[in-house]
Amino acid sequence: MSESSHPWKEYVSTQAILLGVFSLVATALLVMGNLATRDAIAERLREDLRASLSQVIPDSAHDNDLLAHALAFKDDNSAQLMVYRGTRDGKLTALAWEITGKGYAGNIRLVLGVDTNGKILGVRVLQHAETPGLGDNIEASRSDWILGFNGLSLGNPPAEKWKVRKDGGQFDSFSGATITPRGVVTAIRQGLEFFRSHKTTLTQPVEITSPEKIS
Amino acid sequence: MSDYKRIAKDGLWDNNIVFVQALALCPLLAVTGTASNGLGMGLASTVVFVLSGISISMLRNIITPQVRIPIFVLIIALLVTLVDMSMNAWMHDLHKVLGLFIPLIVTNCAILGRAEAFASRNAIFPSLLDGVMMGLGFTLALVILGASREIVGSGTLFANAGLLLGNWAQFLELQLIPDYKGFLLIILPPGGFIVLSFLLAGKRAMERSRNNREKSADIILTAEPGNAG
Repeated sequence: MSESSHPWKEYVSTQAILLGVFSLVATALLVMGNLATRDAIAERLREDLRASLSQVIPDSAHDNDLLAHALAFKDDNSAQLMVYRGTRDGKLTALAWEITGKGYAGNIRLVLGVDTNGKILGVRVLQHAETPGLGDNIEASRSDWILGFNGLSLGNPPAEKWKVRKDGGQFDSFSGATITPRGVVTAIRQGLEFFRSHKTTLTQPVEITSPEKIS
Repeated sequence: MSDYKRIAKDGLWDNNIVFVQALALCPLLAVTGTASNGLGMGLASTVVFVLSGISISMLRNIITPQVRIPIFVLIIALLVTLVDMSMNAWMHDLHKVLGLFIPLIVTNCAILGRAEAFASRNAIFPSLLDGVMMGLGFTLALVILGASREIVGSGTLFANAGLLLGNWAQFLELQLIPDYKGFLLIILPPGGFIVLSFLLAGKRAMERSRNNREKSADIILTAEPGNAG
C-alpha cells in the first residue's frame, strides 16, 4: 500500500468499488477452478467409492461395475440412500450400502455388503473420529475384529444376541472402549433389518432399473 | 544480499512463526500426531504463504489501507480453496490424508500476519522469499513437533510417509520402538500443547545459554586490556 497521495483513494466509494471488484474477480477465479477440477474430483470420488465397495463385495461375487446398477432408495428417515448392487452373469449376487453408527466421538460411517439372502459378505469402516489406540480397533487395518461379522446374518446369531457382550450379546468389545463397538454392532444390525424389510425392492432384477449415473 | 539472508534467517528461526511468534497454533496442534502429517500440512501451507505473498505484494499499490484486511482475507481464502480443489483433483491420496486440514489453512493467522506485516510493504521478490522462508520455518516446526509426538506417542517415525510423498518415501517409515504400547495422551490434542511447551522451553534455554556465553566472552574481551595494564 502506497501512501494515500491520491485524494480518490480516500473516498468511501473507492473502497466499496475496490471490495466489489476483488469479490467479483475472486468469484470468477473460483468458478474457473471449480470447472477445471470438477470432473477430476468426481472421478476420484468414484474411484474411492469403488475401492470401498470392493472391500465388502469380493471380486469373485460380481462381474459388473458396482456403480452401474445402483438403486436410489429412500430409507426410513426419508434420506436418500444409494444401494450398490453386484451381479454375476446378469444375476444379482451382492448388495452394499452405507450405514452409520453412533460412536464415542460422533458418527461412524461404515459400508455393509450382504448377499441376496442377507448374509454379511463384509463390513468396513469408512470414517470415524474414535479415540486413537482404543476405538480405532474397528478399522480392519488395526484389528481383525470387524472381520468377525463375515458370514453372519439376522438369524445367526439370533436377534437378542446382536449386541456387545457387555449388553448380553455375543460380540466382544475392546478394553477401554465399549461405546464404539456397541455403535458398530447396532449399525450392522439395523442395516440387516433394513435389508429384511425392503428385500423385495432391493433384490428386484437388475434389468428393471436403468443404470444410473452416480456422481 | 544481506537483506535476503535476513529474510531467510527470520523465517526459519529468528522470527519463526511457531517458536517465536506463537502463531498458527490451531493447524499446528491439529495435525501433528505424526511427522508425515506435519510435513504435508507444512508444505501445503508453504504454497499458500508463497502465493499470498506474491499476489498481495503485486496488488499492494491498488489496495487501500481502509479495506486491506477484508481483501487480504478474501485473497487468502480464494487461494486456499483453489489449493484444496486442485489437491483433491490431482493429489487425491495426499488430500485424503490432509483433506480435513486444508481448509484450516484459512484459519492460519500467520498467513494474514505476513500479508499485513511483510507482503503489503515489500516488492514481489522479497515477499516471495518471505513466503518460502516463513512456510519452511512453519514446516520445520510442524515436523519437529510431529516427530516428537509420534516417537513418544506411538513409537514410530514418519509413519505413512509413503502415502504422503509416494512409494519411494517408504524407507522413511521407521518403527523405532518395537511392541510399543503407545502413549495416548501425547497423540491426543492436549499432547500437542504439552510437547509444544517443552519445545518452546528448550529453545529458550538454548538461546539463554548462548547469550550467556556471548556475554561472558564480551567480559573477557573487555577485561583483557585491564589485565594487561
